Amino acid sequence: MSARLEILCQNLQNALGERIKDLKTALGEVTLEVSAAGCLETARILRDHPDLRFEQLIDLCGVDYSTHGDGARDGKRYAAVSHLLSVSKNWRLRLRVFAPDDGFPVIASVNGIWPSAGWFEREAFDLYGILFEGHVDLRRILTDYGFVGHPFRKDFPLSGYVEMRYDPDQKRVIYQPVTIEPREVTPRIIREENYGDVPQGDFLRGAGHG
Amino acid sequence: MSPKGTSCGAPAMAEIRNYTINFGPQHPAAHGVLRLVLELDGEVVQRADPHIGLLHRATEKLAENKTWLQSVPYMDRLDYVSMMCNEHAYVMAIEKLLGIEVPLRAQYIRVMLDELTRILNHLLAVGTHALDIGAMTMVLYTFREREDLMDVYEAVSGARMHAAYYRPGGVYRDLPERMPRYEVNKFKSAATVARLNESRQGSLLDFVEDFTNRFPAYVDEYETLLTDNRIWKQRTVGVGVVSPERALALGFTGPMLRGSGVEWDLRKKQPYEVYDRVDFDIPVGVNGDCYDRYLVRIEEMRQSNRIVRQCVDWLRKNPGPVITDNHKVAPPPREKMKGSMEELIHHFKLFTEGMHVPAGEAYAAIEHPKGEFGVYLISDGANMPYRMKLRPPGFVHLAALEEMTKGHMIADVVAVIGTMDIVFGDIDR
Repeated sequence: MSARLEILCQNLQNALGERIKDLKTALGEVTLEVSAAGCLETARILRDHPDLRFEQLIDLCGVDYSTHGDGARDGKRYAAVSHLLSVSKNWRLRLRVFAPDDGFPVIASVNGIWPSAGWFEREAFDLYGILFEGHVDLRRILTDYGFVGHPFRKDFPLSGYVEMRYDPDQKRVIYQPVTIEPREVTPRIIREENYGDVPQGDFLRGAGHG
Repeated sequence: MSPKGTSCGAPAMAEIRNYTINFGPQHPAAHGVLRLVLELDGEVVQRADPHIGLLHRATEKLAENKTWLQSVPYMDRLDYVSMMCNEHAYVMAIEKLLGIEVPLRAQYIRVMLDELTRILNHLLAVGTHALDIGAMTMVLYTFREREDLMDVYEAVSGARMHAAYYRPGGVYRDLPERMPRYEVNKFKSAATVARLNESRQGSLLDFVEDFTNRFPAYVDEYETLLTDNRIWKQRTVGVGVVSPERALALGFTGPMLRGSGVEWDLRKKQPYEVYDRVDFDIPVGVNGDCYDRYLVRIEEMRQSNRIVRQCVDWLRKNPGPVITDNHKVAPPPREKMKGSMEELIHHFKLFTEGMHVPAGEAYAAIEHPKGEFGVYLISDGANMPYRMKLRPPGFVHLAALEEMTKGHMIADVVAVIGTMDIVFGDIDR
């Protein structure tokens, strides 16, 4: 871990204290997990604290963890993951907030703290159905007008439910159930450890060029 | 309204109401499929509501059902005017998860092509921006140079636009020794072909070097057309002003942020590949208006030209591998595969099952011509991503359209869309 990341972790510990649910450093990136309750206040501290100063929300996305590791993982299903950037301190942070209720995922909106969150939250709502409490304009953004469902959820089929075509008899565009069969080109596989007689973590880091 | 109407007491002004118009999705100045619902008071914009998603292809969902390698060509189709930069962020995220080293020559090739892509992108951005607000000639000039760069793309990858040239662990192949030449046909006479082939007698690097020699004079030509042009300045100076504080809050990156005077460039501040070994400057604007952002783009083209030239010099002197020799990630060369059983198995496994990426998550960001392009990958150890999130710069910029155009005339909306350098491939994903 580089010295800068240690400083960042230390500053986060000092500024947030009890609010931190989990703080990890991996691959040169710091990941902070906080609970949904009070995440708005946490966000405000992250932006305004003189030792943190995350002025920019670079990205915010929804994640559906329901089939992670082929279902080996337990925990909450939906999370909103944000990537923050401090231009003045030149560091980044990943902030993860899990929605407490899987059936009705609600997370507080950070739109008021970082205006750039507005469209990202609309997108996460559209694709994952995560409701952002306090968002002023939570409409669908990427899917079609009148779309039903949340297409990026893991239980939503890749080919969707409806297709659109021009109907020459009715002389208009109509929606109908999809006519294509779902098709799997490459099956998804998670190999066991030591697959092919090489220790998983090792072979990629050890062998390499040079 | 008849003169009679005024006589019955109601003032004539009361008849004028705000009205709503649809701008796009099939409007030439909408830079693709942007549907903009504008509420106007006379000619003044009161409200602007962009409706996006008309080009949504669910790239992120598709990637969850493809092997890591199969998604590389999808990246080209995001921002389809800066193809290789998109690929770059994606392969960098995979490399971060894998923890593999990229050969130095491949890093230089990537930096050179990224900078050529930046020129390619800015040529289109400046050219079409000028076209949108009345300077027709500009686009003819910039597309002349784009043609040369498209030829570079074709020479290295075989495709003019959708290159699919970057691979996790390096690039697909080394730069070609011979630059392809034009041939005489019914549209091109022998004299034309001879003129076109003048710079194509040597290798690709010779052609690129020749381009870098010619290019500064071309930029001067663009500046002659626009920089002091009275009409251009009337349409851009003081239009779409964003203060530095506001630009940061709105999540602006790239020329949109630098135009407001914030000195922030990932190539300098968080260098990746070999950007810490090349010499270049970051231009910043002062006023944060459309004109300053135009000047930033022009200067960025000159700086990119400098970087390209340094890369060409290095690449000439330093031959070497261009892709990692870890055959769990990159395929073995064809010759070896024919002679060795183990290499054959590697090849077979890589192109059927695909590589496995250790479980974890990584975010890789590059200084894309439009701003920060980021790829966030979550892997659970499978042969495909568990979740991929693309962070397109244009998405964030377009979200600020209402703030930038409120109170401006409707004609300025076009100037603001142009300055944002909107491309729908990456906004809608």
